[in-house]
Amino acid sequence: MAKFSKNDDSLVVIIGSGAGGGTLGMELAMKGIKTVILEAGGRHGPQDFVNDEWGSFGQISWLDKRTTSGDWRVSRDFSGLPAWIVKAVGGSTLHWAGASLRFQDHEWKARTTYGDVKGASLLDWPIDGKEMAPWYAKAEDHMGTTGTNGIPRLPGNNNYKVLAAGAKKMGYKKFHTGNMSINSQPRDGRGACQQIGFCFQGCKSGAKWSSGYVSIPKGEATGKLECRSNSQVLKIEHDKNGKVNGVVYADKDGKVHKQKARIVCVAGNSIESPRLLLNSESSMFKNGLANSSGQVGRNYMRHMTASTYAIFEKPVYMYRGTTMAGIIQDESINDTRRGFVGGYELETLSLGLPFMAAFLDPGQWGREFAASMEGYDRMAGLWIVGEDMPQSNNRVTLHKKIKDQHGMPVPNVNFSDHENDIKMRNHAWKQSIALYESVGANKTIKTPPYPSTHNLGTNRMSAKASDGVVNKYGQTWDVKNLFVSDGSQFTTGAAENPTLTIVALAMRQAEYIAKQMSSKAI
Amino acid sequence: MRVLNKKAISRRSFLKTGTVTALGLTIMGPMVIGKNNAWAATFKTLGADDAATLIQMARDCYPHDFLADKYYAKVIEGIEAQAGKDKAFKSMVSKELKKINSSAKKHYKVNYKDINRELERTDILKKNSKSPLFKKVQGDLVVGLYNNQEVWPKFGYEGESASKGGYMNRGFNDIDWL
Repeated sequence: MAKFSKNDDSLVVIIGSGAGGGTLGMELAMKGIKTVILEAGGRHGPQDFVNDEWGSFGQISWLDKRTTSGDWRVSRDFSGLPAWIVKAVGGSTLHWAGASLRFQDHEWKARTTYGDVKGASLLDWPIDGKEMAPWYAKAEDHMGTTGTNGIPRLPGNNNYKVLAAGAKKMGYKKFHTGNMSINSQPRDGRGACQQIGFCFQGCKSGAKWSSGYVSIPKGEATGKLECRSNSQVLKIEHDKNGKVNGVVYADKDGKVHKQKARIVCVAGNSIESPRLLLNSESSMFKNGLANSSGQVGRNYMRHMTASTYAIFEKPVYMYRGTTMAGIIQDESINDTRRGFVGGYELETLSLGLPFMAAFLDPGQWGREFAASMEGYDRMAGLWIVGEDMPQSNNRVTLHKKIKDQHGMPVPNVNFSDHENDIKMRNHAWKQSIALYESVGANKTIKTPPYPSTHNLGTNRMSAKASDGVVNKYGQTWDVKNLFVSDGSQFTTGAAENPTLTIVALAMRQAEYIAKQMSSKAI
Repeated sequence: MRVLNKKAISRRSFLKTGTVTALGLTIMGPMVIGKNNAWAATFKTLGADDAATLIQMARDCYPHDFLADKYYAKVIEGIEAQAGKDKAFKSMVSKELKKINSSAKKHYKVNYKDINRELERTDILKKNSKSPLFKKVQGDLVVGLYNNQEVWPKFGYEGESASKGGYMNRGFNDIDWL
């Protein structure tokens, strides 16, 4: 395992170790490039994950101070918790469910496909499905995605069987147990899924792919990658020519260090990444680093989400087995006869009893709520995840007064639904309620969006420098040795869970960085 | 299908003592609570009367008729502990309880906990739902009550599964009634 000097100015420094940063670190190291990942959180793995929702929440969640505004219900019910994401080596790939879906071709071209949607700041991605196909294939092979590379799909649990029976009654055709980066059979030195449940709390068997305990150790094995945990980056610094040359970070005792760098890649998730660029303002970059477009922090997307839970006469025990155990894709199309642009996926989801109480209908109490909780063992449930519209004022900004434990301004996340998001959510609730009623549900509950797990778009990729923050390789328009390597570079969100695309983009970016370094362009 | 017996007595007698902090809510670990409302005497700071009112409020928030008072009382112990450490908090509790009781007397002639009908008690809670005390009780309870491992079997939730080999051979796909 490498250990590099803080004065080594030949390093690539990656901020964050999740799907983007962890993958990029592995890929660069495998190309022989000396790389340091600075991760704000600690290092956890299957040996110390806990099958306990609140216990795990305290162990791995990002709980640093954040504020919220806008009309979303999360801002009312969980005002200090806009996002449910992870602060640990592996980032949110520790608690992700494992769904690994490719974007559809039309979703790369949202502005062209959907037209001029009022109030939306839609753009086409400067890349497309054809360009991404080999990178998706490489990502699926690395992650061991079921339904690809000859890997069989996982068996469906009780929650999936209810979903599938309803899907059949509804006349849906495209439903199965998903493309999941969870081993259905031993592969890549890791065992097969034991149907433990608790996918959101970190996979205790290690069957689920995570950059934390899969990709980063592969990178470390080359001797070219150092993953420095408990190292929270506060600021990116630059030289007088406007090239970045290092980062300032705080260790677990709050002691501040400087790490020199040849290249800096930001991969702190879509709230921390723009926050860091904004907090890195200087006399040369007065509005924040890489922000000549004014787009840093804007177009925050979180997917159009919601859940439907249905209560039956007889037991389901939906918590037994993989949390996201199956998917219906028939509604993930662009058919404007439904009254909205874009589409959505229906994916099974379950919560344990403690989280069900907190999230089923936040703030509710009384006999009706208690009766729903008493139906817990007879519940089936699904998550709705669809494309939301980017909006310029849905954005991450720096709080004017509140500072974090290191004295840095905390991020505020402002979000309001677009009319298209609301229409899509209502359609999805209607369809999923009909689905569950078709197989005998006695009661259905419309559960509002949870704190965001898919945080996207705040440093978006664009064809023109004036429209976004990064070019088609995630390289910032303003600073050529500064990259964005996480979901914040998403131009639009598509309907699919984002992790596979983040991993594929990081692999593609690694190749670009290696070429730029060898040609001395950066 | 492996169906659970929800009426079976849990083998876990008590939670591990400690605190759970979640979403800014703190719930203290349990104290031993006896039968026949002997628990009232354990609330030295709040006093038996106010404690009984808070426990009734807790039950009215999340009324599960199969749960004994002790499960609600455990959450109220967190309020007891905080009141013991924080004078301003203690005076807020007693001030807000007075308000709730005077609202109960105005509408139903008796103190809140002495109103016989649940619908009438919840009517009083709805009228006082902006009260910081009500918010505190409700917020603590939604985490504390449902995070108590002793109540999980009564709801048909099995909790931790990794040490038992997951559900691979324990019914993850055994649904038989579809």
